[in-house]
Amino acid sequence: MSAPAKLPRWADWGLLPAINLLAALVLSAGIIKLVGESPWAAFKLMAGGAFGTPDAVGYTLYYGTNFIFTGLAVAVAYHAGIFNIGAEGQAYIGGLGVGLVCLAGGAWPFWVVLPLAILAGAVFGAAWAFIPAWLQARRGSHIVITTIMFNFIAAALMTYLLVNVLIKPGQQSPETREFGAHAFLPPLHQLLRHVGLNAAPSPLNVSFLLALAACYFVWLLVWRTRWGYALRVAGQSPAAAAYAGISPGRVTIGVMLLSGALASGLGVNVLMGEQHRILLDFPEGAGFVGIAVALMGRNHPVGILLAAVLFGALYQGGSQLSFDMPHVTRELVVVIQGLVILFCGALENVFRRPLAALLGRNP
Amino acid sequence: MSRAVPALELRGIEKRFGAVHANRAISLTVAAGSVHGLVGENGAGKSTLMNIVYGFHPPDSGEILVRGRPVRLASPSDAIAAGIGMVHQHFMLVEDFTVLENVLLGAEGGARLAGGRDRARASLAQLARDYGLEVPPDAVVGHLSVGQQQRVEILKALHRGADLLILDEPTAVLTPQEADQLFQLLARLRGQGKTVILVTHKLREIMAVTDRVTVMRQGTVVHETATADTSPRALAEQMVGRSVLLQVEKSPAQPGAPVLEVTGLAVRDRFGVPRVKDVSFTVREREIVGIAGVAGNGQSELLEALAGLAEPAAGSIRLGGRDLAGLDARARRRHGLAHVPEDRLRLAIIASFPAEDNAILGYQDGSAYNRGLLLDRAAIRAGCEQKMAAFDVRPPQPRLRSSAFSGGNQQKLVLAREIDSSPRVLLVGQPTRGVDIGAIEFIHRRLVALRDAGVALLLVSVELDEILALADRILVMAGGEIVGELSRAEATEEKIGLLMAGVRAGT
Repeated sequence: MSAPAKLPRWADWGLLPAINLLAALVLSAGIIKLVGESPWAAFKLMAGGAFGTPDAVGYTLYYGTNFIFTGLAVAVAYHAGIFNIGAEGQAYIGGLGVGLVCLAGGAWPFWVVLPLAILAGAVFGAAWAFIPAWLQARRGSHIVITTIMFNFIAAALMTYLLVNVLIKPGQQSPETREFGAHAFLPPLHQLLRHVGLNAAPSPLNVSFLLALAACYFVWLLVWRTRWGYALRVAGQSPAAAAYAGISPGRVTIGVMLLSGALASGLGVNVLMGEQHRILLDFPEGAGFVGIAVALMGRNHPVGILLAAVLFGALYQGGSQLSFDMPHVTRELVVVIQGLVILFCGALENVFRRPLAALLGRNP
Repeated sequence: MSRAVPALELRGIEKRFGAVHANRAISLTVAAGSVHGLVGENGAGKSTLMNIVYGFHPPDSGEILVRGRPVRLASPSDAIAAGIGMVHQHFMLVEDFTVLENVLLGAEGGARLAGGRDRARASLAQLARDYGLEVPPDAVVGHLSVGQQQRVEILKALHRGADLLILDEPTAVLTPQEADQLFQLLARLRGQGKTVILVTHKLREIMAVTDRVTVMRQGTVVHETATADTSPRALAEQMVGRSVLLQVEKSPAQPGAPVLEVTGLAVRDRFGVPRVKDVSFTVREREIVGIAGVAGNGQSELLEALAGLAEPAAGSIRLGGRDLAGLDARARRRHGLAHVPEDRLRLAIIASFPAEDNAILGYQDGSAYNRGLLLDRAAIRAGCEQKMAAFDVRPPQPRLRSSAFSGGNQQKLVLAREIDSSPRVLLVGQPTRGVDIGAIEFIHRRLVALRDAGVALLLVSVELDEILALADRILVMAGGEIVGELSRAEATEEKIGLLMAGVRAGT
């Protein structure tokens, strides 16, 4: 098997993702044409829906916040050579921890609820990631398989809890009661109004700032600490890790705890920032999108930030599109999003070799 | 069987890889029905040239003629079709398949296996008769000895109709007896009209088995002659380009107190096969103990056990009186045990890391490289620059990816890193494997200087010349045991060779 072709940095980081995105859009254009709409008008609607108005930008960044958290969760594990497919389940269970604190602490002051909720979310998310990590480190069970299975277990567990335990008495839909007002994260437009800026209302909240801080934290941890060094060594070569006195098993467990904790940030954003209750399937697949975000962002926090905003735009613009174009259904938007994930994720290397040949590097 | 048309003729072969001019204006004629030797240092361009002949790389320019006809070899299948077969240094065999299945692989002869299998079985029987190439066709390849696996590779090539066989460093993994059997086989092949190109850096083999020999240096052919008209010394000088100084200048050892004491050490591999059996020895300060032996006789496993990379099955390892049992590589480093491993690229260097990150591998937790919770990037860079200066690592760029350095410069960086911690014991495995000749002398001088500074060195090398040049005391390993010990004064190549072959001293 040949290794992926080497590209110059600018092409690897900029040109290749752009080409992949373009390929996905060209194919999408064909499909939109087939259902009888104008692709050009559709893309204009999407772009406008994502960035055209201040509140659209707010929604885009709100979705983007989720993708930053899950993208970082996938990326840190990737640096240690671990493919964490379980960010979805970890975010789901992490959100449970966030929600439980918010339900219990309705009467507590905000500055007590917020750190407790973040902490509980991190602990729950990390605990959910710990089981597959332990199974891999000590029992050799393949973590790709176990994390996928743990997504299903998480979904089943949450359904059970919401239907039978946490449901607000006397109602039909499997949701908890609303959190106390102290557990609401202030939307950013309110904060901006405090400093005299007039921003349009949107669910974008302080979790976005938390996500930016997480980006910096991950960068610092991976590239500027001995623990990050150890995890990169273990990810590149388990044999070299043993030579350097680094225990791959311990790295696996540590990095998966961090990964699960990062994924739980989604719960803070969605539950405390927007929904104000625990409800079924609130991660809505963001854990899987995180894989594409991490891949497209080259597992670097800056790249992840950019890729997360792009996917946020796709989500927000996509809903605008299905709203405004009669022939473009909700499902078709999912197809377009899926194509972008496909080309930026699974088919990431399709254009790498031809591009390398074109740029005159030996493949 | 002499024919006028050469089996292979190369005319003006040129090949560049980026800035590296791997082959320049190579012309080479290999007579049909001969064994032709190709020698040269690592990096002389031998492998590139043979990969061109086997269709792995197209040449930038130049002509290839097989039996007088110009051919274009765009892939190995073109080369196979032209009657060229190659036996790689690392075998290309499926270990879980039988000999027959391996021979069949890629030459199945149709979608249904039965027909091809019967033909292959008949052809194996025929080859066994013609060349004395006996290998049980239904044996699982993974159960065969290395020498037998090599025969399977040769059978594969012959089954595909090869008239010209290229063998790349075929004896690197063989015992002397297996090597002798291989040479007898090559002679039989020649007797039957086959042509063989033998790529090696061992001059003994060239002298033993070839008819003509071509010497390559820095991508060009510098010498070609009939083997009968040359000598190992003359060939060595041609390879290196100046008179060779195989002997490093060093004063006699003045060993001090024992530092590394190994008693009754046994190591099993992950399948439970004993690799090191009841090995005991000591290394004292201010001496270099060399471990000689054919590759694969337990030296690698011994080194790994000493370094803390493998758990011994029995025995004890003491460093300055302290038992090292249960300590991992990092803890052993703290006790003064440094390790330059045999397999540099697997263990000691991470190719994708910048040089400065590799310059702290194994020492990443040290206070010199950390400030509080964070790595001290400035100190790491300064440390790397200082190591690069002290060991003449070129180019001296700490940010450069490690894969961009030559093997010799990578090795110098590893050596610099391991020596920097002022170890009491240095384990060195194959210190000059894949290292250019200039760096070899440098590395040898450094190791001797380290000895004179009081360090106890344990040197494992499959290059007898290296052992003889550096070691003050020589232990010979065969079959996982130490079969003999010689002082430098009494050691000769012949004595060591006999011990390596398993002939015990005194019998």
